[in-house]
Order: sequence, then structure tokens, then C-alpha cells
Amino acid sequence: MTEIGLGHYLTLGAVIFSIGVIGIFLNRKNIIVILMSIELILLAVNINLVSFSIYLNDLSGQVFTLFILTVAAAEAAIGLAIIVVYYRNSGTIRVEEIDNLKG
Amino acid sequence: MIAHAIFFYIFSIIAIVSAIMVTASKNTVHSVFFLILDFISISCLFIMIGAEFLGMIMLIVYVGAVAVLFLFVVMMLNVAQQKNQWFLSKSSSRHIPIGLIISAIIFFELIIVVGGWKYKPDLSNSTNISFSNDITNTHSLGLVLYTDYIHIFQISGMILLIAMIGAIVLTFRQREGVKKQSYIKQISRERSEGVEVLEVPSNRGVKIDD
Repeated sequence: MTEIGLGHYLTLGAVIFSIGVIGIFLNRKNIIVILMSIELILLAVNINLVSFSIYLNDLSGQVFTLFILTVAAAEAAIGLAIIVVYYRNSGTIRVEEIDNLKG
Repeated sequence: MIAHAIFFYIFSIIAIVSAIMVTASKNTVHSVFFLILDFISISCLFIMIGAEFLGMIMLIVYVGAVAVLFLFVVMMLNVAQQKNQWFLSKSSSRHIPIGLIISAIIFFELIIVVGGWKYKPDLSNSTNISFSNDITNTHSLGLVLYTDYIHIFQISGMILLIAMIGAIVLTFRQREGVKKQSYIKQISRERSEGVEVLEVPSNRGVKIDD
């Protein structure tokens, strides 16, 4: 219990990943919360990469975490821009009311 | 070691609870606040296990840029005025059980992988970029990032540039009825279109049509 190992960090990453997946599946409110859940999933991936990097004494995990951070920031910017444009055109960003594709 | 364990449990419990609150809270602004709390506690964990540079970058990029961007968009879109209940109709709440089941299966698969996982025996002998103890984390990351990973680094810079251009192109709109100064029109104006010299007959004046 008092010895924190790699397994603890991986479990934390798994828990946060699952919470993000639940957020995507169960969210019926607005798309912004879905984007935040995607950020949570990327955060869980980052936790896994960093903890492996520390415990295996290999720096490349942290380098790739840096690149994931970059891609996550770009994705958030583009996603929020798309949401702003959609809100301007249709006046709502509720998930239930976005049914243009009749899916 | 005890202190490490205590801090790990504190930060991870805060992170998990705030991650749950991100998806569960009814107000979107509160979700963004909990997202910020989540990022801060995870970056504390990163700093704690020795990845200081990534922890700090996480604070700067996520809390300073991404979360503030989320907050800005939430406040700009006036989401708070929209209906705040989770489900509008009964028909959409039928996705709850299957979503929960699939998420639980994903979670247990991850736990099984974590629990039953072993190192490959010769893993430490493979060619990895190990970090030495006499230089800092930032220093060693910089040594690797600008030499071995320079192409990926530049490509990530291109990704950021394209994201910036894309966001600007998406949200840009030309408004009607806004008077703007047109430099090209001003500069290319000539004397013949601006000034006209007329002979004025006395006692009759001239008629100017415009």
C-alpha cells in the first residue's frame, strides 16, 4: 500500500480513461463536455506514457507526451472553432438537437 | 516513501473525483473548473514522480491555454441559458445502460492488462534513451528533443500553425454594411475621377450631376 509503483499510476490512468469514455457515451448535454472528455482521455494516455518513461528509465515516453500535448491543444482549438461556427449557424449545441445527418 | 504514497493518494483521489465531476456536473462552467482542477492535480503528480518539465508544460498549456479557451467558448456561447437537464426525451436515455456496460468492460480490460503485465526480460538492455542523474529533466529532454526528434518537433510546430490558420478561417466572417477604409482604392484614385474643372457662365451657374 505504501509502496507506490508503476501499477498505481497505470490504474489511475485506466480510471481516468474510463471516466472519459463514460463522459463521451453518456453525455447528452452539449458538445463542449464531449470535447472535455476527449481531453481527459488524452490526459490518461499522458499519465501512462510518463509513468512508463519514469519507471523504465527511458526518456522517449516524455518526448511523445510533449507531442500528444501539442496535438491535444490543436484539436481543442479546431474543435471549439467548429462548435462556435455551428452555434452561430443553428443556435444550439445540445447533442440531442444536432441531428442534421439523421443518425 | 510514506509521504510519496500519501501525496499520490491525495492527488489521484482529487483527480478522479474532479474527472467524475467534469462529466457529471450540470453546469458547463463548473465542468471547466473541474477540468482545470484535474489538470493541476495530474501535473502535481508528474512533478512528484520526476517529470518536472512536463508538469510545468501541462500547467501552461492545459490550464493556461486550453481550459481558458474552453471557458471563453462556454461563456461566449451562452450555454447557461440552454436547458440544463441531462436528457430531453425518454428515448435518448435508453443509451445509459449500454454505455455504462461498455465503459465498465473497457475499465476492467485495462485493469486486467495492468495487473497481469510483466516486463520483457531483456527490456532494459534494449536501446533506450536513458537519462542520467546529474542533469535536470528539462536539460535531458532538450538534449533529446532537438537532436533525435527534431523532425517530429518541427512537424508538431506545423500542426500548431495549421490549427491556428484553421481556427481563424472557420470563425472568420465578412460582415455586411461595415464601412472600411480601402487603401488600394485610396492610392489608385486619380485626378480625373476626383476633380472636374468647369467653365461657369455668368448669371446661370452650372448643374452638377452626381
